[in-house]
Parts: sequence; C-alpha cells; structure tokens
Amino acid sequence: MQKYYNEITAIAGSVVKVTASGVAYDELAAVTTRRGTSLAQVIRLEGDQVSLQVFAGTQGVSTGDRVRFFGKPMQVPFSPNLMGRIFDGAGKPRDNKPELADEPIDIGTPAINPVKRQLPCNMVRTGIPMIDIFNSLVESQKLPIFSVPGEPYNELLARVGLQAEADVIILGGMGLRHDDYLIFRDAFETGGVTSRTIMFIHTAADPVVECLMVPDLCTAVGESFALQGKKVLVLLTDMTAFADALKEVAIIMEQIPSNRGYPGDLYSQLARRYEKAVDLDGAGSMTILAVTTMPGDDVTHPVPDNTGYITEGQFYLRGGHIEPFGSLSRLKQLVNGETRDDHRAIMNACIQLYAGARESTEKKAMGFESSEWDEKLLKYSDLFESRIMDLTVNIPLEEALDRCWNMLADCFEPEETGIRRSIIEKHWPKELAAAEAA
Amino acid sequence: MVTAELEHDVVQNSVAYCCRDDGAKLVSEIIRVRGSQADLQVFEETRGLKVGDEVKFTDEMLSVVLGPGLLGQVYDGLQNPLHEVAEQEGYFLTPGVYLHALPIDTEWEFTPVAKTGQTVSAGETLGTVPEGLFTHRIMVPFGLRGEYTVEKIVGGGEYTVEKEIATLKGKDGQTVEVTMQQTWPVKIPLNVSQTRLLPTDPLVTKIRIIDSLFPIVRGGTYCIPGPFGAGKTVLQQLTSRHADVDIVIVAACGERAGEVVDTIREFPELIDPRTGKTLMERTIIICNTSAMPVAAREASVYTAVTLAEYYRQMGLHVLLLADSTSRWAQAMREVSGRLEEIPGDEAFPAYLESRIAGFYERAGYLRLKDGQTGSVTIGGTVSPAGGNFEEPVTQGTLKVVGAFEGLSRSRSDARKYPSIDPLESWSKYVGILEPSEVVEAKNILRRGNEVHQMMTVVGEEGTTVEDFTIYLKSDFFDSVYLQQNAFDEVDGATDAERQKFVFAKCLEVMRLDFGFDDRDQAREVIVHLADLFRNWNYAATDSDDYKKILTDIDESIATKGGATKEEPEMANA
Repeated sequence: MQKYYNEITAIAGSVVKVTASGVAYDELAAVTTRRGTSLAQVIRLEGDQVSLQVFAGTQGVSTGDRVRFFGKPMQVPFSPNLMGRIFDGAGKPRDNKPELADEPIDIGTPAINPVKRQLPCNMVRTGIPMIDIFNSLVESQKLPIFSVPGEPYNELLARVGLQAEADVIILGGMGLRHDDYLIFRDAFETGGVTSRTIMFIHTAADPVVECLMVPDLCTAVGESFALQGKKVLVLLTDMTAFADALKEVAIIMEQIPSNRGYPGDLYSQLARRYEKAVDLDGAGSMTILAVTTMPGDDVTHPVPDNTGYITEGQFYLRGGHIEPFGSLSRLKQLVNGETRDDHRAIMNACIQLYAGARESTEKKAMGFESSEWDEKLLKYSDLFESRIMDLTVNIPLEEALDRCWNMLADCFEPEETGIRRSIIEKHWPKELAAAEAA
Repeated sequence: MVTAELEHDVVQNSVAYCCRDDGAKLVSEIIRVRGSQADLQVFEETRGLKVGDEVKFTDEMLSVVLGPGLLGQVYDGLQNPLHEVAEQEGYFLTPGVYLHALPIDTEWEFTPVAKTGQTVSAGETLGTVPEGLFTHRIMVPFGLRGEYTVEKIVGGGEYTVEKEIATLKGKDGQTVEVTMQQTWPVKIPLNVSQTRLLPTDPLVTKIRIIDSLFPIVRGGTYCIPGPFGAGKTVLQQLTSRHADVDIVIVAACGERAGEVVDTIREFPELIDPRTGKTLMERTIIICNTSAMPVAAREASVYTAVTLAEYYRQMGLHVLLLADSTSRWAQAMREVSGRLEEIPGDEAFPAYLESRIAGFYERAGYLRLKDGQTGSVTIGGTVSPAGGNFEEPVTQGTLKVVGAFEGLSRSRSDARKYPSIDPLESWSKYVGILEPSEVVEAKNILRRGNEVHQMMTVVGEEGTTVEDFTIYLKSDFFDSVYLQQNAFDEVDGATDAERQKFVFAKCLEVMRLDFGFDDRDQAREVIVHLADLFRNWNYAATDSDDYKKILTDIDESIATKGGATKEEPEMANA
C-alpha cells in the first residue's frame, strides 16, 4: 500500500510539510528530488498537513517533488549477516557491499518491563587499570565518558571495544570526523574484531537528521542480539553531537527551548536511548559506553548534566588519563567484591593516598615546607601516574593489583596504607620486605 | 499529544482512548477543550496513530482501583501490574495493554463490621479482610454523598474483589451495590475526614543526621535536592527500609530502571525486624522509569499519593517516597510545551509552583471518623540542573515543605555520607531530641566551619588553640555522628533510643573544656575520641564490645582525654 503525494506546502530547515491523508505518526517516507531519494520521518500531523523530517536535508527540494509513504515506521534489517558491516545513519551500507534483505525490525521499541530486568553481576574486563580496579565496568551498565574536546576519547573507546569481552560490538558514530571513522575501522580490523563488529556511522559531513537515528539503530540491533542471549557492547561517540542535532531540529519545529536552546525533553530523549542498556532476565545483556564531550569543560552544561542524572556513573577523561576523582561507576559494588579479596582494599587505599599526594603537591607549589610524609606521597604519586593512570597501560586486573602492592611497598610501611591487617599479611610483597630487611 | 474533533459533551480531565487501526487502544486524558476540539495527552507512544483515527471518550477521570491486594505490587504510572504484564507480554511494555490492578481470582476472608439497618457514610467501615500484616478495611465508597442505610451485607466468608458484599440505600431510595474494590480519581485528594491535625509525631528514619538535626514527622513533608551522584537515591532506599511507618510507597518517577530493579529484587528477600515479614509486604512500587512514556510519568506521582491516602483512611501511617519530583516537573514542562502555553522560568509552565504545592499538601495527619489517626508523609527528591538550587523546581518545593535535606557535592566528593549539608539544611519540625541541644550542636558546626574557612587563609599556625579545638570538635561531631556507613548493619541504622544516648555523649565531649596546651595535643586527644566513637557506632547495642568501648569513652571524658596519655604506660604494665 504505497501512496504518492506531490503537494509540498512548506520547506524549512530539514522539515517539509506535505498535504496527505491516512498517514501514521512516526511513519517512514521517501522524498524524491532531482538530487536523488531521501528517507524522511513523520514528526507532526495537523489535519492533512504532514510534517516530515528529511534525512538528507531539504537543500534542493522542490515544491513539486514527490513523497511516498511506506506505511510503517523506520526499520533496520536484522540477522547475523550484520556482523562486520558498516552503515550510515539512514541504515544504508557504507562499505560498498550490498544492502541486506533480512527480516526487518522496528527501531525505537517500547521500554523493557522493569520486572524483567535483573541485577547486573558480571564485570566487563577492559585491561585498563583505572577502569578495572577503581571503577569497574559492569555488564548492562550505561556509562558516559565526559571529555574535553581534544582528549583521546575515541582511542579509549576503540581500546575498550577491542579488549572487552563481548559477543557483539556495535559502534555508533555521531558527527564523527571522517578521519576518526577510518581510525576506528582500521583499529577494529587490526585488532581482529571486525567479524563481531557492526558500525553505524554518521560523519560530520552527513545530513544532521541522520545523526538522530544512530543511537536508535545501534540500540535496536543490540537489543535484538541481547534477546537472543548475546552480550552486547554499544559504543557511542559523541552524544553531544546527538543532543545538538536534537536542538537544531527542535528549533526548526518552533519548540520552546528550555536551557541554552536545548528542548525541554532533552532528558527524556537521552534517557530513552541510555535506558536501553539492560541485563535481561533469562537472556543476554547490553552495555552502553558513550562519549559526551563537555563544551568548555563545563559539567553543568545541559548535555553532561542531564546525562549524569541518567547514567550509572561517569568517567572523566582529562589531561590524557581517566581522573581518579569524580569518575564513578555506581555499579562497581556489585562486582568488585567477587574478584579478589584485596580488590576493594587496594581501590580505597590507592585513591586515599593519591588524594593525600595532591594536597602535598599543592602544599609544595605554595612554597610550604614538605614533611617526610609528603615526600613519600609525592614519590607514590609519580609511580601511580606512570604505572597505573597512564592510558597505555594494558594489563589484566590481577596483574594491576599486584603492581599496586609493589608500588605501595616501594613507598610506604604497611601500617601507613590504612589497609586492614589481615589483607596486608596476605598480600604485602614478601621478597621486597625481605630484601629491605637484609 | 493529539487533538480530537468532538461530537458530544466531554468532561475536562476525563479519560479517552485513541484507537489505532491495528486495534490497540491508547489511554489518554483530556487536558484542554477549545470550541469543538479537545486536546488529549496520550499516556503511550503515539507511533502509528493517524489523522482520522477514532477517539472514544469516557466520563471517568483518570482513576486508580483501590482494594485488598495492592500491597507488594509493582505498578507502572497508570497502575498496570508489571509482573502480570510481563507474564502476558514478555520483555516489552507493549502500548495499549492494560490489566486489572488487583488480583481478580484471590479470595479474601471477609468479616462484616456494619450491621443491616445501620446508617453509614463515605469512608466508614463495612467489614475487614486480612491483607498480609494489616487489617484491610472495606469502606463505604468515598464518592458517595450523604448518609446511607445498610440494606444487606454478606456474612463472614471468602470473596473475590468483584463479588458484591453489601447493598446500601440512600435517602432518595436509590441503592448502591458495594464490592471490595472501588475507584478514585488520582488528581483529587482522597480525604473523607475533615479533621486535619498538626503533625508532631517524629518519624524515625534511623538516619542520624535526619532524625537528630533535621527531623521529619508523620504527616509532614520534606525534600532532598542534590546534584547527581550525591546519594539521593541511596538515601531514599535506606529510608524505605528503615522508616518507622506501616506502609511505604515508592514512586520511581522518571529515574533509572536499574534502581527500581534493586528494590524489586531485594525487598522480597529482606526481613523487616519489626514484623518478621519481608519488606515487600509493606511496600508498593510505582515505577515509571525514564524510558517509559512521559505523560504517564506526570500521572505516576498522583497514582502513588492516592494509594497512600487510601491506606491512611484505614488508620495506617504511610510514607510516600517520590524520586524524583524534577522529572515529574519536566514531564509537565514537556506537556505544557506541546500545548504551546506561554512558558515561565526555564520554560516550566506558570502553574508549576501551584502543582508542586498541591501535591505536597496531600500529605497530612488525619483524625478519622472512628477517632483513629492515620498519616501520609511525603518525601520527594529534587534533581536540580547543574546542582544549582536556584531553579524553579527546588525553589517551588522549598516554599511548601516542612524540612529541607539538601545534599552537597563537596560532601559527597569527600565521601562524607549521607551527604546532607548540615549548614544549609533546615527543618520546621521538632524531632526526638531537645531543640535547645540541637541548636547547640548546630552552633558548634557553624563555628567550626568559620574556623575552617579562616584556616584555609592563615593556616593552622595562625589559629588559636581555642579556635582550633572548636574546629576539631565540629569535625568530631560531623565524622562520628552525622556520617553513617550505609553498608554496615549496625552503623547503617540507629534507632531513636541509641541516637539520644550517643548524641548526649557527643554533646558531653563538645561541652568539655579540655584546656589543651597546643594544637598537636588537641588533635591527638580528639582524634582518639573520634576513633573510639566510630568503633562504638559499629558495635551492636548492649554487646560486650559496646559496653567496653563505652567504658573507655567515659574514662576518656572523665580525664579530659588523659586516657590517651596514659595508654603507653598501661601497655607496659
């Protein structure tokens, strides 16, 4: 049942209005212009006036152009054949391979029933000590990486993708520089994970509306894999570009802006995407790690601020490393008691000592005299920064814990660390202590 | 948002159904009528609706079903039982699926109270059924006006909620058939008793900083504003576990689904020490998490408060925890924006404050017709944008609540939990402690903070020993009394008796004139005392450890901290 209409009555921004009847809200349409055919989505119905958001933008659309309605919402083909493929924000192949003709699934599915969720209990190991030890990533967690533009957030995301244990990796790029897209593609190829990776890439040069579709495409595909029992990891970059696209469209639609021009439903829009992260009772899971660049390093900017209220913690990427303070994984308590008996003790002791070291650094910078304790802390902080915080460090959790013990033994006496005696006795490096005694 | 062409009269705020052409009926509410057009807010995703689709109107306003079987349920914002929905629909919340809120097949053991021929009016008890821990009263429908005569009432026995149990006859001869369930519109306060009492009964939450410094009372209201990550939700979860009330209703409004899952999965396992039953048996969860439709989020807090009011009519004490009212306010903002109303501050509608006030005013302490009392206490979290309290929702809330438990980012960053700011928060209620002593403790905190501010400029060296001692005392009180380890079984929940006792001991320390010689001595003594108190907090009341540490503390106080100095000698002996 396909209908054609060619009475376009208004064109503004990425939105056209067309006179049509029998059209459903959220339905997909195609606008055929001299430049080609673009998909469009119904975003408002007023009598016989249908507002369409045109994915490719309205440049070159003529009032006499033809609109065809599909009678169904936006869909994406779903099958194992998706693995290793790259698509754009409209769901078209980007890798010069044929389109898929598999069973299509709806995007933007209803919410998961909360009683069908279960408490997450599996850690996602990343090989990055700042994550594994201090803020463990947990399966089904939704976690943003708050970053200033210019930090190596995409490299970090790619590394997590390469090293995390996941059955399916889905990368959603929004407003991505073309170079970054190529870097991601090459990284996944060299890393040998392409066969279980699916990419939906919107680059900065693509029409802005397609950017809005990327998170929905990623989570719809991810959700279907999770329902089949797979462990899915969704990587999104950059959600601020997504929010800016929302702002752009909302303003064209003459919606009343609420805060710095962003629409009033920014929270709901972001939450609907992030809340797709889930650990399904009796099936698989979906974990979402998303980059949110903070304009001007301002965490109270509406995008990071709303995100912080939605997600289960956040990683701050600053000065080339993950900040030990401020970064938080709200779910870490669910997993870090099960790994090794010294995990929590190390986590707390190392951070407290490093906090002490910051104070000592400040003290020194202000010209106050450093005590012996300050010197110890400063030595520790140098070691900590180079052996643990450095983003290039890539070791399993157990090795990282051992490394922390050695570092502590290098700098402190056992009782100075504030770690419980029973744990000290078990884990304090013996050879080193013996060497010192001799 | 849908606009419908009217063919006959409609009732403002009544329920309508938008019929999608695949047969699904989406529940909606009339929120504006203009000429022959009505604006409907649809409580579901509107995907798939078409111009020309049929809309069915009803005369009923958006209502909830009240009756035995509510306790222990998990509902969405429109009172759909989520466990039943999951059984029928699987993983997803399919739009247009609505199930009856109460179990229809369960038979309840009914004991009649009213007699044939007796005159009754709305809210009076016709009979009772046992519901878990409570005696659930079956009451004369709240919507009936005037007096009625009981014409017929069934004898004791087992009945389902749909079975007729009584027939009432009005003055005008009209008869009403009564079942064990009835409905009530959520946006109209349910209060058939007219006697509202001043709330004075402290509500003990077992969180020391709340009960002692910023108390809340049964029938009162309070709010917890705080930036993200400051511990709002943990605080609400702790309160839902330990609060000294009969029933707790948790309204998860527009927040993370994961947090509700915590409660849904853990409450059926946790035993309430007071009753020996699981916590779930005294809890109702209303969840409309952030991914669920926005319009239903606006309704969800009203659904929750109506259920609370219903149990209040039975002479029970109910606590409603709403997390978060900011999401509820944002839902109003979204709806208002679509109605193209003229926006107020930060695009919130102009009626925001009156809606917030109206909601909190539904709390209260009532004397019922039979002389018993019941209460609804409302505690709402607020999530201000950027953690800045100068925004419309926080400000609108502060005007109408009785207690303000403000969370601060700096305290949570320093891992001082609960991160309620002792300098900014306030409460208009009187709690379990003598008010003058509370003021005394707060003054020490305030002066300690002043000294601390000064010290950041002039350093420790520039502070007198007296001032430094005040700073140490305030830090002592903060760390041993105001901070609490939520994950420790003993320290995580302090009952009222113990709070009074520990507070008195803290005050003893703070009133003591130590007469320190220098700052190092002051620090040593007070740090030692703090360490004793902290370990004391971890010891179960009246355990051997508890008594032993108490002796040490008393000795330390008696010798003005001299105990520390003698310790090496004692060790040698």
